[in-house]
Amino acid sequence: MEKRRGRFQVKAEATRREASSHMTLRAVRWWGLSLGAVGVALTIVFHWQVFFWVPTEASMGIVQRIFYIHLPGAWVAFLAFGIVALCSAVYLWLGEEKLDHAALAAAEGGMVFTTIVLVSGPLWARLAWGTWWTWEPRLTLTLLLWFIYLGYFLVRNSTQNRDRGRKFAAVVGIVGALNIPLIHMSVLWFRSLHPQPVVARTDGPQLHPDMATTVFTALGAWTLVFLSLFILRYGTARLEARAERTSVDMGDPLSAEQGAVTS
Amino acid sequence: MTDRPVTGGLRVEARRAMAVAWKDLLAEGRARSNVLAVILFAGTALLLFAFAFGPDAQDLRDAGAGVIWLTILLSGILVFNRSYQLELEGGGLEALLTYPGSRRAIFVGKLLANLVIVLLVEAVVLPLAAILFHVPLLGALPGLAVIVALGTFGFVTLGTFYAAMSSRSRASDVLLPLLLFPMLVPLLLAAVQGTTAFMEGDAMGDGGGWIRMLVAFNLIFFSAALWAFEYVIGE
Repeated sequence: MEKRRGRFQVKAEATRREASSHMTLRAVRWWGLSLGAVGVALTIVFHWQVFFWVPTEASMGIVQRIFYIHLPGAWVAFLAFGIVALCSAVYLWLGEEKLDHAALAAAEGGMVFTTIVLVSGPLWARLAWGTWWTWEPRLTLTLLLWFIYLGYFLVRNSTQNRDRGRKFAAVVGIVGALNIPLIHMSVLWFRSLHPQPVVARTDGPQLHPDMATTVFTALGAWTLVFLSLFILRYGTARLEARAERTSVDMGDPLSAEQGAVTS
Repeated sequence: MTDRPVTGGLRVEARRAMAVAWKDLLAEGRARSNVLAVILFAGTALLLFAFAFGPDAQDLRDAGAGVIWLTILLSGILVFNRSYQLELEGGGLEALLTYPGSRRAIFVGKLLANLVIVLLVEAVVLPLAAILFHVPLLGALPGLAVIVALGTFGFVTLGTFYAAMSSRSRASDVLLPLLLFPMLVPLLLAAVQGTTAFMEGDAMGDGGGWIRMLVAFNLIFFSAALWAFEYVIGE
C-alpha cells in the first residue's frame, strides 16, 4: 500500500512537470489547427495562382507549372529530415522521450512531402524530357532519402524493446542525414540533366516576379501545412504515450506486460 | 547514457579491439563452414551475372566493375548479422558488455574481424571475375588496390554498425539490406566508377576524384559509427 502511494506521487509529480515544462496539449491543438488553417488557405491561394494567374514559362510551356508543387515539396522534405536529425541527436544526448516523438512526427511529415516530390518529378520529366524516370541527381537523392527514412520506421517497429527501437531509429535518422551531402555529390558526378537552380542564385532570382511570388506563396503554404501536421502528430504521440502510461497504472495485465518490456 | 570510464589509453583500447577481433575470427575459423559458404555464394553469383550479361566479351568487360562490386555487396551482407548473432545465441554479448573499457573497442574488433572475412571473399571474387569477365585487373593494380581497400573498409564499417541494430530486431536478414543498401549508394557509385576508370587506364583522371569520395565516406561514417555505437549496443 505504502509502495503504491509512493508510485502515485511520483506519477503526479511527473505529470505536473510535464504540464509546466513544455507545450500543453491545448497549445498543441491551438497551434496545430491555426497553422494548418493558414497553410490550407495559402495552399488554395497558390493553386489559384498556378492555374490562373502566373505567366506560362516560355521554353517549357505549361508543364513548368508543376515546378510550383515540386520545389516547395522538396524544400519541406529537407526541412523535415533536418528536424529528424536534430531531434534525434538531442534525444540521444538527453534521453527525453518527447524529442523522439518530435523526430517521429517530422519523419512522417517528411515521408509525405518526399512522396509528393517523387510523384510530381516523374510527371514533369515525362512531359519535359519524354521519360518517366531519369537518373537525375536531385531526383535520385530524393528517392534514396525516401528509402533511408523508410528504414527509420522499419527499425523503429521491429524490436521487442520499444526504447531500443527509438534509439535505433534516432541513430538511423542521424546517420542517414550525414549521407545527404555524399549522395548529392556522387550522383551529381554520376550524371546531370536537372534544370539548374533558378531561385537561390547569388545574382538575384532570375524568375519573373509573378513566378517568384507564386513560388514563395507555395513555399510558405506548405511549410505551414507541414508545421501543422508536425505539431498535431507530435500531440498524438504524446497522447499515445500518456494513454500507455495510464493503462499501465490501472493495472491492465496486458498493458502492464507491455510496459515492462518498454521500460 | 554516459560514457563508461575509459581505463587506459589508445594502446589498451587497440589491444581490446584486437582481442575481440581474434575471438571472432577464431570462432569463424573453427566453424569454417560459414565463410566457405559465403565464398561459394559469391562464386555462384558471379556465374549468374556472367550468364545474364554474356557471352560477348566486350559486354562482359563493360559490366565487370559493377558485377564485382555487386557481388561483394551481396555476399558481404551475409557476414555482418552473423557476427552478432553468434554472440546473442551464447549470451556472449552481455558478457562482452560487462568487460571494462569503452564499447568502441568492441565495434572496432568486430569491424576488423568482418574486414578479414570480406577480404577473404574478395580474394576469390576478384581473380574469378578477372577470368570470367575478361577484366584486366592486373594492369590496373595500384589504383584499383586503393579503390578496393577504401570501398571494402567503408562497406564493412557501415555493415558492422547497422548489423548491431538489425541482428537484434525481427526479420534481421531482410532488415539489414533494407537499411544498408540505400546508405551504400555513394560508396557503390564511387567504387564502380573508380574501378572502371582504373581498368581503362584512368586516361580522364577520374580515379582520384572517386578515391577522394571514398575517403570522405569512410571518414564520415567511421567517426559516426564510433560515436553512435554506444547507443546502439547498450541498453
